[in-house]
Amino acid sequence: MKFDTPAGTNPIDRMQVVGKPTDRIDGKYKTTGTAPYAYEQNRAAPNAAYGYVVGAGIAKGRIAGIDLSAAKAAPGVLAIVTADNAGKLTKGNFNTANLLGGPAIEHYHQAVAVVVAETFEQARAAAALVRIDYARTKGRFDLAAELDHAPLKGDDSGEGSKAPPVDRVGDFEKAFAAAPVTLDARYTTPDQSHAMMEPHASIAAWQGDELTIWTSNQMINWGKGDVARTLGIPKEKVRLISPYVGGGFGGKLFVRSDAIMAALGARAAGRPVKVALQRPLIANNTTHRPATIQRIRIGCQKDGRITAIAHESGSGDLPGGGPETAVSQTKLLYAGANRLTAMRLAVLDLPEGNAMRAPGEAPGLMALEIAMDEMAEKLGMDPVEFRIVNDTQVDPAKPERKFSQRNLVGCLRQGADRFGWSRRNPKPGTTRDGQWLVGMGVAAGFRNNMTMKSAARVGIDRKGVVTVATDMTDIGTGSYTIIAQTAAEMLGVPLDKVVVLLGDSSFPVSSGSGGQWGGNSSTAGVYAACAKLRETIAQKLGFNSADVTFEGGKVRAGNRSVSLAEAAGDAGLSAEEMMEYGDLAKKYQQSTFAGHFVEVGVDAWTGEVRVRRMLAVCAAGRILNPLTARSQVIGAMTMGVGAALMEELAVDKRFGFFVNHDLAGYEVPVHADIPHQEVVFLEEADPMSSPMKAKGVGELGLCGVGAAIANAIYNATGVRVRDYPITLDKHLEKLPHVA
Amino acid sequence: MKPFTYTRAKTPAEAAAAVASTPNAKFLAGGTNLLDLMKLEIETPAHLVDVQDLKLDRIEPTDDGGIRIGALVSNTALASDPRVRRDYGVLTRAIVAGASGQLRNKATTAGNLLQRTRCPYFYDTNQACNKRRPGSGCAAIGGYSRQLAVIGTSDACIATYPGDMAVAMRVLDATVETIDPAGQTRRIAFGDFHRLPGDSPHIDTNLKPGELITAVTLPKPLGGTHIYRKVRDRASYAFALVSVAAVIQRDGSGRAAIGGIAPRPWRDEAAEAAMPQGAKAVTDRLLAGARPTRDNAFKVPLVERTLAAAIHDAKTMTQTPGTQERGA
Repeated sequence: MKFDTPAGTNPIDRMQVVGKPTDRIDGKYKTTGTAPYAYEQNRAAPNAAYGYVVGAGIAKGRIAGIDLSAAKAAPGVLAIVTADNAGKLTKGNFNTANLLGGPAIEHYHQAVAVVVAETFEQARAAAALVRIDYARTKGRFDLAAELDHAPLKGDDSGEGSKAPPVDRVGDFEKAFAAAPVTLDARYTTPDQSHAMMEPHASIAAWQGDELTIWTSNQMINWGKGDVARTLGIPKEKVRLISPYVGGGFGGKLFVRSDAIMAALGARAAGRPVKVALQRPLIANNTTHRPATIQRIRIGCQKDGRITAIAHESGSGDLPGGGPETAVSQTKLLYAGANRLTAMRLAVLDLPEGNAMRAPGEAPGLMALEIAMDEMAEKLGMDPVEFRIVNDTQVDPAKPERKFSQRNLVGCLRQGADRFGWSRRNPKPGTTRDGQWLVGMGVAAGFRNNMTMKSAARVGIDRKGVVTVATDMTDIGTGSYTIIAQTAAEMLGVPLDKVVVLLGDSSFPVSSGSGGQWGGNSSTAGVYAACAKLRETIAQKLGFNSADVTFEGGKVRAGNRSVSLAEAAGDAGLSAEEMMEYGDLAKKYQQSTFAGHFVEVGVDAWTGEVRVRRMLAVCAAGRILNPLTARSQVIGAMTMGVGAALMEELAVDKRFGFFVNHDLAGYEVPVHADIPHQEVVFLEEADPMSSPMKAKGVGELGLCGVGAAIANAIYNATGVRVRDYPITLDKHLEKLPHVA
Repeated sequence: MKPFTYTRAKTPAEAAAAVASTPNAKFLAGGTNLLDLMKLEIETPAHLVDVQDLKLDRIEPTDDGGIRIGALVSNTALASDPRVRRDYGVLTRAIVAGASGQLRNKATTAGNLLQRTRCPYFYDTNQACNKRRPGSGCAAIGGYSRQLAVIGTSDACIATYPGDMAVAMRVLDATVETIDPAGQTRRIAFGDFHRLPGDSPHIDTNLKPGELITAVTLPKPLGGTHIYRKVRDRASYAFALVSVAAVIQRDGSGRAAIGGIAPRPWRDEAAEAAMPQGAKAVTDRLLAGARPTRDNAFKVPLVERTLAAAIHDAKTMTQTPGTQERGA
């Protein structure tokens, strides 16, 4: 099915199941421990041996010598795989560095060996006996220093945030020079780790030349392709199974070393092997969100209208990697006739940078939305009004191209109203509550809506039970539930008559989970399959498909009514279909919007920042399940607190690695950091996005949060910090005098 | 983890003798730090003597009006003991400011004192660390040192003592009671318990080989207002950037020990004499020898500000009856 004209009225519009707050249907399995995560697939892959990954002890150089004798002789050891005996491996299409290093080492903790043993403890103990001599070579680890001579570089983040190396509209320099009010400021965001609860984990089993990997992965079809490519085997010989994922955030978009080491270990040991990356490997062995150094210039007329806006960003990556597309939202978020965006990419020998929840927009808005706050202050304008004055309903570079829907103004106005924004004291550093300096901040949230083709198979059995199968993943987002809601709505059955099977590469290829495209795209695929099944049923019953309704477990046309069970018959009925997209996304800019409002307290003595209240008002198309959508947004807001206040992979610029590589050193928010969070979804249905009329929310919830917190801190303290995370040391000695 | 042997001792003397007589042996109590370090092969004992059966889990009054805390009293039990809550509030507040409920249930009083540094280079076995491998060098010096010590350090080590409980014990003038492998007992003043690194940072305390902690005693209650103020990047489950354990009297005199800035809880009784003159006067003297790095220079002003907050809070509390239980 091709979606190339705006959606008209369709069965989803009934909103009898879709759009209702619905508990996640997989919740009972997760809360009772009966949802097997990758490492726990013991029933599916019995008798698995344990693999333990050895990570490189240097950032760059080569292995001069490797001595496996002690490790091989250790109790329980079944096999050790290194680059010497792994056979020919090819780098995956989605990988920047090789997943098995040696003799060349490309980054710290790059896997250099997997030790397979009968028990986990034996594998770990033997791994410690692998003796490696390294020949270290000089690496490039200092982003600021390397950006001095880094070339311009454009990119598509892989999650859809595109930006050319340089993009110009009008004459920025001239307009900026002529503007009566200007801002020119530098902002930095640090490297960040996905730090998901479930580490990357896989169990691999070979049957002859066929490989099955139970893994934790967001994009099954990408993964299947890259496993095959890496190991040099045909794609059809690979099966990936990933029904439950304990958090991904972009860190599991790609095949990582756990899967490849498990496959190599299983081949060497002649039996299934399971590998989970130990926590200290997550930061340096896998991917991370790259640090950025950003420069923003804004020129305004005295009435607050932007006449010139420039956003330049520099980031780094391993050779062959890509930039963090931190400028992408600046092309679309605000009006202004003269515009410039540019990106530079430095070569760094730090671990691989890649997508993390809202790549591009998340760090980009952390900078841009502070700049907007600073500009509002220069203009003497309220920061909410300043944003509203500069709203645009069209793509500023192509005024004939409208947004499909854009209600940023509604998000900001309603947010301000609900949050009590009028009570904010515009004079910073002057509101006190006992020991606390109190401030409020606002930021716009913006994230593009991407649509990805997605297929599903839907069947009905003789009992009227509907089964949906698609290789879509549920990374904690609620995919199971919204897919069940979609099928229930389309086929007129209650939710408990729908079974959803996900995350298996033997199922039809879906959009997968990434770039907040999964919710809308995967349900649109299920819509397409259901639509086809409805036709199949109508045809079988001899109904005119235009008149048919599906309701209450029955198919009706005129005065005829047949139960779905009866219609399915003993053989059952099934249909498979893919939703594909035409060029509506080219004709209309599709994006999602939010207004983020935050109140913080800053301890006047110690400078500690604690968030007191948070509100997000989101305009993101039809909300398929307000309960799981809210969970996505509050989770993202929590991640925004981490980004604003504490998360930073600390770079050792001498040895080239992220030093704080465990969850004691890399701090993410705990419950005590998170106050009352309120989420409001504006009533919307976007006919340009898909027949579901939905858009993404999972990343929108993060976009802008960090800046709203930064702006609230400024309002509380009067100290402007432009380098994230805003830890107390960055403003401590500039705080207002404690009374 | 390296293979090891394991026995359980019945008496303190037996435990001490067992550790002394077995090469590379260690005591095991709650295991909340030791077992983690063994998994990373940072600690590699060949033998563990489990002390959990030694019946050292009581809190008893002492003849001089103080209390004796058995070595195996859990952090949770100690923090919630009514006598401790009433008379040694700074200790309760320090304990509950640390770790998590689960860890505090498992961690013991003696074990807590013996926890090792959280320096990230100590935890990464690819990196040079004199504390982990004597003579290998210190990768933290010149590296990422935001959490690390600003005073009491040496050219061999800048690691921080990470705990909270010990900071309160230091301010309370606790005494550590031990038994050695020969059955001899001794009392170690708390200020003499942890060592500074000097050129042997791998030795954290002045305990002799095989010497077992049996109790920690606290002298009779000090009165005053008890404050534990822990400053950190997130609201819970984080090590202190700086912490202040303070007991402030109505007349403005008082004492304070500082956590998060040195290889041991940091206190200078002479500096405390300046307490009535305020935090700056105390801190100037207390941190006169500080040698911070660029990453952690903020800790010096932060100590002063946190101590000022503690003094301010104490004043506020004494002026407002019924607010004594306020924790920071």
